[in-house]
Amino acid sequence: MIENSERRVVSVIVINEASVLSRITDLFSGRGYNITSLTVAPIPDSKYSRLTIVTSGSIRVIEQITKQLHKLIPVLRVYEHNDIVEKEMALIKFPIAENISDINTLCEAYNGKIVNIGENVIIAMVADEPQRVENFLQAIKRYNPKEIVRSGAVALER
Amino acid sequence: MQISGAQMVIEALKCEGVDTVFGYPGGAIMNVYDEIYKQDYFKHILTRHEQAAVHAAEGYSKASGKVGVAMITSGPGFTNAVTGLADAYMDSIPLVVISGQVPMSLIGTDAFQEIDAVGISRSCTKHNYLVTDAADLPRILKEAFYIAASGRPGPVHVDIPKDVTAQIEKFDYDIKLNLETYKPHVKGNTRQIKKVMEAIAHAKRPLFYLGGGVINANAAYEVRELVHKTGIPAVETFMARGVLSYDDELLVGMLGMHGSYASNMAMSETDLVIALGARFDDRVTGKLSEFAKNADVVHVDIDPASISKLVNADYPIVGDVKNVVLDMLSLCDVVKNEDYSSWRESVNNFNELHPLTFYEDSERLKPQWVIKRVGELLGDGANITTDVGQHQMWTSQFYPFTRPRQFASSGGLGTMGFGFPAAMGVKAASPDKVSINFTGDGSILMNCQELMTAVEKKLPVVNIILNNNFLGMVRQWQTLFYDKRYAETDLQVQPDFVKLAEAFGGLGYRVHTKEEFDAALKDAVEKNVVAFIEVIVYRLENVMPMVPAGGSLFNMMLLEKKGEDND
Ligand SMILES: Cc1cc2nc3c(=O)[nH]c(=O)nc-3n(C[C@H](O)[C@H](O)[C@H](O)COP(=O)(O)OP(=O)(O)OC[C@H]3O[C@@H](n4cnc5c(N)ncnc54)[C@H](O)[C@@H]3O)c2cc1C
Ligand SMILES: Cc1ncc(C[n+]2csc(CCOP(=O)(O)OP(=O)(O)O)c2C)c(N)n1
Ligand SMILES: [Mg+2]
Repeated sequence: MIENSERRVVSVIVINEASVLSRITDLFSGRGYNITSLTVAPIPDSKYSRLTIVTSGSIRVIEQITKQLHKLIPVLRVYEHNDIVEKEMALIKFPIAENISDINTLCEAYNGKIVNIGENVIIAMVADEPQRVENFLQAIKRYNPKEIVRSGAVALER
Repeated sequence: MQISGAQMVIEALKCEGVDTVFGYPGGAIMNVYDEIYKQDYFKHILTRHEQAAVHAAEGYSKASGKVGVAMITSGPGFTNAVTGLADAYMDSIPLVVISGQVPMSLIGTDAFQEIDAVGISRSCTKHNYLVTDAADLPRILKEAFYIAASGRPGPVHVDIPKDVTAQIEKFDYDIKLNLETYKPHVKGNTRQIKKVMEAIAHAKRPLFYLGGGVINANAAYEVRELVHKTGIPAVETFMARGVLSYDDELLVGMLGMHGSYASNMAMSETDLVIALGARFDDRVTGKLSEFAKNADVVHVDIDPASISKLVNADYPIVGDVKNVVLDMLSLCDVVKNEDYSSWRESVNNFNELHPLTFYEDSERLKPQWVIKRVGELLGDGANITTDVGQHQMWTSQFYPFTRPRQFASSGGLGTMGFGFPAAMGVKAASPDKVSINFTGDGSILMNCQELMTAVEKKLPVVNIILNNNFLGMVRQWQTLFYDKRYAETDLQVQPDFVKLAEAFGGLGYRVHTKEEFDAALKDAVEKNVVAFIEVIVYRLENVMPMVPAGGSLFNMMLLEKKGEDND
C-alpha cells in the first residue's frame, strides 16, 4: 500500500545539550524517515535550540515523526506546520567572466544581491521561499555557477 | 556530604531502594566495584556474561515490578550488554544500566576498551547519559530511575568515565526533579472515556484486547473487574498472559500468529476492539488491512506514538491503563450495557470448533504435555520464563497462568538466551516461588554459563529443556514454507546436558517418559537446586494453529488430525 507522500516542515524545540542533534537524526535514520533539510540554531536568551526539518511522508508517517520526536526526552515541543512563512538562503559562486549585471538583476528578483567580488569569482546570495530558490538555481544555470550552497529552510507559523 | 562519584552510585542505589544488582566488573568500573565491596546496602550478583546480567535484571523487574539494575564495564562489557538493552527496550522493561567508560581525557582517542557506548545505546534505550561531571551524578541517577519507571517504561543507560567515578563532589539526593521536557500523560481524557463507555453500550460484539501495558500499569485486577462487570470477552497478547486467570470464562485466549482459533475469529468478528496497553504488533495483527475489519477501535496507551501507529484508533485515549480503567469502572453503572450473551456464545462455539489442543502419542513425549504437566504439578506456585522458539509458544498456549508477573519472556526482540538469566532474576525477586525456565536445546546454549551464577548464588532455577534436536521454530518454517530444506537447523550433535549441569555443580536429569519426568521435576523442586531437566520430545511437532506471516487472522493453519503425521 503506497500512501501519498507530502512535503512537510516540522519545527522542534530541544534542550541545548550534548548529543541532542544525534538523537534526532538517529531517530530519522533508524525509523526510515526522510530528511530533505535540517537547520539548527540556539534560541536567543534561552537554554533551547530550534530545529527546522523539512521532511516528506504520508500523513501517517508525518504523524509518527512528530510523536516519535516528542518521545525523545530533551524535546520540549514539536510543531508540524500548516500555515507558515518559510525562507531559505543560497550562496552561489560564479566565474568573474560571467555577466555581473545580469546576475545581479536576477538575484534582486529573488531577494538577493552580489555579496562579494574577488579576483576570479563573484559570490551572490538569495533568500526566498525554498521553491523560489529552486527556480532561481534553475535560472542561473547558464551563468555557469561553480559552487552552490543552500542553507535549508527555516520557518515560522503565521 | 562530599564523596566520590563511585560512592555516589552506591548511595543513589540505596536511596532508590535497590536490593539486588546484577553485574560484571572491569577496568573502567572498578572504582564503583571497590565501593560495592565496602557496602552492605544491596546484594551484587556476579553473572558470567554481561548479557546475562541485563536479562537477569529484566527478570527481576518483571517479577517485582521494580526497576532492574545492571552494572558493567566499558568496551566489550558494554557491547555484551547491548542485546539486553534492546530486549528491555522492545518489551518496555524499566532498567537502569550503569557502565564504566574510559577517563574523560581519553575519550575519542581509541583508548583501551573505549567504545562510543551512548552512541550505540541511543537507539535501544528510552534515554541515556554520558556523565561528564560527578556533580551531575545525583541528578542524573535520579532522573534515570524516574524515566525508566514512569510513562512507557524502558531501559536507561548511564555511562560514567572512570575519572568521574573518582571525582569528589557534594552528594545530595534530596533534589526535586524538574524535567520540563518530559511529562508523561497519565490521566485519560474524561469526555473521551465517557464516549467509549457509550460505544461499548451500543456495541453488539465488543472484545477486550489486553496487552503488556496492563501488567506494566499493575492494573490486572482492575481489568479483571472491568471485564466481569461488562461481561465482555477478552483476548490477551503474549505479553499479557496472566492478566486474566487461565480459567476465567471470559478469557478467550491468546491471539495472533500462534493464538487460538477462537481468539483470532473473535478479533475478526468483533464490532468494537477495546485495546488496553497493547501495541498492535505484527505477530498479533497479521495482515493489517484485514485486522478487525468490522470494528471501531478504542486504544488506551500511555505512549501517544503507539496510538494509530498501525491501526487507526477511533477512540484514542492517552493515559495510564490503571487510571483509565478505574474511570471506566466508575461509569459502568451509569451506562447500560447490552447483553452480550449471544456474542459470548458464538465465541465459545469457535473454541469448541477448533479448541487449542494437541495429540498425545503413546511412544513419545509431546512437548505440550510437559508444559501442561508442570502446570498441573506446580501451577500458581511457579514463576515461568522461557527462551525463544516453539517451546516459548507452547508455554504461552498451555501453561495455566493465574496471575500477572508470573510470566517473563522475550516477546518483542525474541532473544534466545533470555530465559535462564531472566529466571535467576525472577528467583531473586520472588524466592518463595519455584522458578521454571522452559527452554530449547538451541536456546539453552546461549547462556548456559549462568549455571555457575545460579549455583554460586543459590538461585535454584529449574531449566526444562524440551529437546527436539532442532532449532525447532526455524525448522517448522522450513517444513511449511521451504519444502523441508533443513538448512542448519538440525542439532544432532549436542552436549551431554546432564553432565553439563553437573560440571557446574547443578543437577541433571534426562527423561523419556511421563513417569521419569514427574520424578525428575519432583526431585529437583524438593532438593531446591539448580537443575537441567532434559526432556526428549517428539522432534517434528509443529506449533499450531498458525497464521502464516502476513496472512489474515481468520485464515489459520489448523492442527492436523491425529494420524496424519507431519514428518
Ligand atoms: C516466536 C514468537 C512468536 C510470537 N507470536 C505471538 C503471538 O502469536 N501472539 C502474540 O500476542 N504475541 C506473539 N509474540 C510476541 C510479539 O512479538 C510481541 O512481543 C507482543 O505481541 C506484544 O505485546 P503487546 O501488544 O501486549 O505489547 P507490549 O510490548 O507489552 O507493549 C505494551 C504497550 O502498552 C503500553 N503501555 C506500557 N505501560 C503502560 C501503562 N502504564 N498504561 C498504558 N499503556 C501502557 C506501551 O506503550 C505499549 O504500547 C511472539 C513472539 C515471538 C518471539
Ligand atoms: C539470538 C537469536 N538468534 C536467532 C534467533 C532465531 N530463532 C528463533 S527461534 C530459533 C530456534 C530456537 O531453537 P530451540 O531453542 O531449540 O527452541 P525450539 O524452537 O526447538 O523449541 C531461532 C534460531 C533468535 N530468535 N534469537
Ligand atoms: Mg529445539
